[in-house]
Amino acid sequence: MKLDTVAIASQNPDTEQPFAQLGLKDDEYVRIKEILGRRPTSSELAMYSVMWSEHCSYKSSKVHLKQFGEKAPKSDALLVGIGENAGVVDIGQNYAVTFKIESHNHPSFVEPYQGAATGVGGIVRDILTMGARPIAVMDPLRFGLADAPDTRRVLPGIVAGIGGYGNCLGLPNIGGEIVFDETYAGNPLVNALCVGVMKHEDIKLAKAHGAGNLVVLFGAKTGGDGIGGVSVLASETFNAAKPTKRPSVQVGDPFAEKVLIECCLEIFAADLVVGIQDLGGAGLSCATSELASAGSGGMNIQLEKVPLRDPSLSPEEILMSESQERMCAIVEPANIKYFLGICKKWDVSATVIGEVTSGERLNITFNGELIVDVPPRTVAHDGPVYNRPIAKPAYVAELAAKELKVPMPESAVEIKAAILKLIASPNIADKSWVTSQYDKYVQGNTVLAQPEDAGLIRIDEKTNLGVAVSTDANARWSYLDPYEGAKLALAESCRNIATTGAKPLAVTNCLNFGSPEDPGVMWQFAETVRGLADACLELGLPVTGGNVSFYNQTGSVAILPTPVIGVLGVIQDVRKRTPMGLPKSGLDLYLIGKVDSNLSGSEWAYLHGEIGNTAPKSDLAMEARLVNLLLDGQSIFQAAHDVSNGGLAATLVETVLKNKIGAEVSLTNTAVELLSETPGRVLVAINESDTNGIVALAGKYQIPIYKIGTSGGNDLVINDIKISIEELSKAHTETFPKLFG
Amino acid sequence: MATIIVEVMLKPEILDPQGQAVASALPRLGFTFAKSVRQGKRFEITMDGDPTPAELAEIEKAAETLLSNPVIETYVVKVIK
Amino acid sequence: MSFRIGVVTFPGSLDDRDAARAVEMAGATAVPLFHASDDLKEVQAVVLPGGFSYGDYLRCGAIARFAPIMNSIVTAAEHGFPVLGICNGFQVLCESHLLPGALTRNSNLHFLCRDQKLKIENTNTFWTNGFTKDQEITIPLKNGEGSFQCDDETLNMLESEGRVIARYLDFDPNGSRNLIAGISNERGNVVGLMPHPEHAIETLTGPSTDGLTFFTSVLHQLVGR
Repeated sequence: MKLDTVAIASQNPDTEQPFAQLGLKDDEYVRIKEILGRRPTSSELAMYSVMWSEHCSYKSSKVHLKQFGEKAPKSDALLVGIGENAGVVDIGQNYAVTFKIESHNHPSFVEPYQGAATGVGGIVRDILTMGARPIAVMDPLRFGLADAPDTRRVLPGIVAGIGGYGNCLGLPNIGGEIVFDETYAGNPLVNALCVGVMKHEDIKLAKAHGAGNLVVLFGAKTGGDGIGGVSVLASETFNAAKPTKRPSVQVGDPFAEKVLIECCLEIFAADLVVGIQDLGGAGLSCATSELASAGSGGMNIQLEKVPLRDPSLSPEEILMSESQERMCAIVEPANIKYFLGICKKWDVSATVIGEVTSGERLNITFNGELIVDVPPRTVAHDGPVYNRPIAKPAYVAELAAKELKVPMPESAVEIKAAILKLIASPNIADKSWVTSQYDKYVQGNTVLAQPEDAGLIRIDEKTNLGVAVSTDANARWSYLDPYEGAKLALAESCRNIATTGAKPLAVTNCLNFGSPEDPGVMWQFAETVRGLADACLELGLPVTGGNVSFYNQTGSVAILPTPVIGVLGVIQDVRKRTPMGLPKSGLDLYLIGKVDSNLSGSEWAYLHGEIGNTAPKSDLAMEARLVNLLLDGQSIFQAAHDVSNGGLAATLVETVLKNKIGAEVSLTNTAVELLSETPGRVLVAINESDTNGIVALAGKYQIPIYKIGTSGGNDLVINDIKISIEELSKAHTETFPKLFG
Repeated sequence: MATIIVEVMLKPEILDPQGQAVASALPRLGFTFAKSVRQGKRFEITMDGDPTPAELAEIEKAAETLLSNPVIETYVVKVIK
Repeated sequence: MSFRIGVVTFPGSLDDRDAARAVEMAGATAVPLFHASDDLKEVQAVVLPGGFSYGDYLRCGAIARFAPIMNSIVTAAEHGFPVLGICNGFQVLCESHLLPGALTRNSNLHFLCRDQKLKIENTNTFWTNGFTKDQEITIPLKNGEGSFQCDDETLNMLESEGRVIARYLDFDPNGSRNLIAGISNERGNVVGLMPHPEHAIETLTGPSTDGLTFFTSVLHQLVGR
């Protein structure tokens, strides 16, 4: 096929181009022509079409997401904010921590193992590219009903993919979630989070500065991965020499990424890069346009220098390839020999493919012919901005007007049965079948991992400084009230952090929604972002970055809005952390925070086919006081566990089963106490000698506390109900092996 | 140009959980023809021209020292012209 | 002057820094050894750490065993030099024929990470002399290819010569013959162990401190020389 060059494009303005097939609208195509002063070449068309897609340009979400900047609270801890590959926060002692969460939903539905694996690979590279050593991963996962055939297809592959890739990289998996709901049938959610650490002076940014500096592509060779729709550009003439299949699935090689990590860290330690970017969605076209756009503006690329796995790729395909495990660095000429030497040591392919220029255009040539000549800002940062129509759906008022009728257990027999039913239900049941497929020990710094309230990693072996990470979402609350739902999710994530003894510091988010073309979904999205931004401002926590995943729907039925909120916290001494399991008998058990009888959005309601009527109203002032209470009282808490999914019933069972230490508690209004998921409650265990201490804390922070019982014995005793640890353990641990084993 | 095929299989007495998993999956999908299944590896090696006897001996050595682990595996070398 | 213990890094090694930490905690100096060099840097013992060397491609440890550093280690081991292979390191030792048998895919086909109870049955080796006979310990196990396999003749030899140094207790994690978790060579200077002692050296980050004894044992051995 004849190369479509800039010269040819200028001379042939009326050539028909498949812009609609590539996802561009009529007015967007016109705009591209205006920007360039001519029609785009097919390479330029490919670049714009992918970079202006929803996934890359955030065109439907931008107008809402800017609230994170506008309402950003003042935070001295924020070192790098939204807009870079990942946010970076100062945690003290000259350490900077970077973290981010991203989605890989659709690819995981198509090819569960590789979709999930490459999702992990992608987020790890985002962290690496900031100059950090990746130190941990977490994966919130959501599936259709646990016993649905498609869940059986998708879940084991996704779990194996996350384990297969993450374990091979040497990253401990310290937390996450597994949630089942029919809303995700056909649209599983695979969100991947990564945390990295570095010294302040090591932070790297994705900018191309300095005319004459070299552009280096290193890592795996480039093949036809993920090209998918772009091949329509190459389809006009049949070429018998090409492989007929262009894989739309990306296939990951974790070994390649592991050596890439070690190679990059050595390069960073020698301070050899001016800027660096990883290649993810839209591959080389994204990396080059973003580096140039964020930098001084100009770049020349000689595309034929890109090392290929598949020599039949056309230039458009090379630009759009999403082959994994590749990075793009800007290196001063004086340093290139040293840079290439380190790559050779690790057997990482590295090639100079271009240079930074003093001009303002991104110019890409192929064997001397100019095929791309664009202002990089227009590709990478000035994409279309949509103001999608928003309309509050009718269901909100309809549900709010209905009464929530859920049978509540009354007798001891009924309450015991309810507890056993709850802890055996897939959302609450023990998840070891999944989590034992992940390495939680590698790197030797994991202090807390699932099923604890948050993952906790030691950062400094001498000072014992550490970080905590938690991810949370409640799609049912978000469905009932997206504004409150977002606030409640942030509050819960903060509470989980503080329960372990760490102080919340910064926020990331993965916003999983249906189609932005549906005004009802757009309303859910807008309200969610507004709620999260307002909550972050009130709690003083900056959003450092995140991800939006739209189009999670089957036909016209969208998933429940699922904003996953990740919070990072810092703990001065990891040895002082508070674990969730009762450590011994003879401790006093207290419930912090009060309960109400609103069961909307609860697991108990869900088990009876009900979603509820209204979400609880968040009380962030109370949640902030609760966080401070938990931190202030840390030294007296022998164990602490937050009350959320499954209510106090789940919390009690989990804290008892962790170390197989029983408990004896007395409750009034028992069913409500056990099954309600009112936010702002934490179960703690203290020595009796610290009674005055906890009473003082309650007074100081104006939060009610209730002594409910003591730890000890071989049973969980609630009033006149007695369930042996053995019976609890059986109900809790049999579910997953039966479903997936 | 010749293609050398080296097929590596676990020795019959070695536990083959992957083969067993496949054998269990077949009837679940309605395939009832299989009595047993063993899973192995196939290497396709291309070389210029046909292998000389000396080169064949080298291929055998490579199969024995690298491509297979003789403690638990056996191999077969085939030359396809 | 503390003893020097080398920790090898192959492309894809993961628990090398953790093994180094364990060596230092035991009171020795950890010396990083890169796979591509045959220089043992005058260390007095070597640890082959866990991980996925070469991505576990071909077979676990199959490519790493041909590394230049392994030439030096094999020669030294044949002369009594202490070598501990942990997990992937154990796989490399088997592929190098410093130890008999082979490690294959876990029988239930899944990667498994769990705190595993072991019985230490041979306390005469360079790496286990610090334990008491039949001592029960708990250290993390985390792998996908940990099933120890060998022919009947080899199994009889290992058992009758007391070369099974550790056995799985309470739970069969991977289908290993006779629940074998670790073995030694005839002389006792080369030990392969599937579970990870370097992750059981402090209760802050592991299930016990039982793992440290593997590393202090070799120091006792070296003092005796």
